[in-house]
Amino acid sequence: MRNIWTIARREYRHYFTSPIAYIAALLTLLTVGIYFVVMIYYLMNLANQSYYGNSAPGINIVIGPLATVFMFAAPALTMRLLADEQRMGTLELLLTTPIKDAELVVGKWLGAFLFMLTIIVITLVYPIVLNKLTTPGIDQGVMVSGYIAIILLTAVFLAIGTAMSSFFNNQFAAFFATLAVLIVFWWLIRLPTYIIQNDSFNNILNYLDLNGRFNSMLTGTMSLSDIIYPISLTALGLFLSAAAVEIRRWR
Amino acid sequence: MIRATGLTKDFGSRRAIENLTFEAKQGEVVGFLGPNGAGKTTTMRILTGYMPPTYGTAQVAGFDVISESLEVRRRVGYLPETVPLYPEMTVYEYLKFMADLRHLPNGDDMVDAALDLVQMEKRADGYISNLSKGMRQRVGLAQAMLHRPEVLILDEPTIGLDPAQVVEFRNTIRDVGKERTVLLSTHILSEAQQLCDRVLIINKGRIVAEDTPENLQSRLVGAEHVVLRVKGEADELLPIIAKIDGVQNAKLLPDGTLEFQFAPGADVRPVVARATIKAGYDLLEFHPVGLSLEEIFLQLTQDNSRKER
Repeated sequence: MRNIWTIARREYRHYFTSPIAYIAALLTLLTVGIYFVVMIYYLMNLANQSYYGNSAPGINIVIGPLATVFMFAAPALTMRLLADEQRMGTLELLLTTPIKDAELVVGKWLGAFLFMLTIIVITLVYPIVLNKLTTPGIDQGVMVSGYIAIILLTAVFLAIGTAMSSFFNNQFAAFFATLAVLIVFWWLIRLPTYIIQNDSFNNILNYLDLNGRFNSMLTGTMSLSDIIYPISLTALGLFLSAAAVEIRRWR
Repeated sequence: MIRATGLTKDFGSRRAIENLTFEAKQGEVVGFLGPNGAGKTTTMRILTGYMPPTYGTAQVAGFDVISESLEVRRRVGYLPETVPLYPEMTVYEYLKFMADLRHLPNGDDMVDAALDLVQMEKRADGYISNLSKGMRQRVGLAQAMLHRPEVLILDEPTIGLDPAQVVEFRNTIRDVGKERTVLLSTHILSEAQQLCDRVLIINKGRIVAEDTPENLQSRLVGAEHVVLRVKGEADELLPIIAKIDGVQNAKLLPDGTLEFQFAPGADVRPVVARATIKAGYDLLEFHPVGLSLEEIFLQLTQDNSRKER
């Protein structure tokens, strides 16, 4: 545990000296901020014109765009995690200190996770603003489930990114490979269900579809598998990274 | 201590090292000498627990490098060939990070001591990215010695140091080597000669010679060479010296000195000196020339490749 924390702390601090991390944070906060302001005005106009007038903005106008931007921010933050250590020769240093390969990988992931959590914490101003703007305030339960959803999603994205960074020596290869895998889990995986008429097959794909689970959590419904699935996917990503580091030793 | 038995490492179909067996005791500085690509780095990486060997075993500080890798890594200090540094950290932060990874109880003191050892106290708060190559090398060395390891493994440690720093570094290693085991690699032969108690000459993945630098010299030198310089021309002295019993291959060198050989054990130097004076010459210089490690090295590596053919 202690080793994981030592690695994670260094990684977390590193992000505050890294231009890519600042760009990723800026891009995320700017996108979410602009989207938020536009949506508020749009929904206010809609409420004034509409006879129904009850489409109060919910937490989804913050967390929805956050997830989309994170698909690009996460690979940018993880691409160098292990690929860069390899390039600079510091992997040789870390692999000859008395820490386990798994501790190294989990520490790296945790450092990135803490950095993205920091960004997520900053976005907490929006629910506070929303709460002031709407009567009788936003649904607390939906807010909590929405934030749990984005935190789990971040964990998955970063674990996949960590794995890709350990597979490739090149940062950009790691970036695009991560993006490709994320696109598969986010958009492509449910496409076959539109044309294939096989319920058991479709059930599997629906189970694996991150986007579907994420959207249901944004509306406030959460099942046990909504939590277990992303955690297992994160564990799988980290396991593969540790295995890749181990394989590097034997090559 | 280090004990390697039959170490072999294959990278795909290429065999990097083959059947290396050697030992390094406590309080010994052992030098790994060989051309680039001879397998020095591979061997060191196996001994530090970075990669396992394909065949063979090795014990470092009493633990097996494969099955007890973490124990080995706890007891080894390693400076890889490319000094592993994080440029965005300060020297102090970097060493503190390493101290934390190694769970050193009084990390701050250990970092200060290591900085002191490599004389980098003044640059402790400077960023590593701003350091010169020699200074980076010293930070790398501080990292290797931070936890006062029983075994110190240094891959080409003096590259990038200026001559004054090299002297400094050699003194440090000699001090450290008194109570610990030091294995260092170099392709600078004079360095191995000055620093090491024992030299392993490695070529194409095999050990071709292993001995103290002195023994290596005398073992390979068939005859003792002596150079003699007199005031004025030595032309007429040559026949006088050549006639003396036991003197072999006397000849004039282009710089006006006279060189001759004699068989080991049949020292003719006093006779030659007396004959020179008696012939009316002023003797200015009289010294033995050993075969340098350079020559030994070339001889060994060439013998080896000849055998292969």
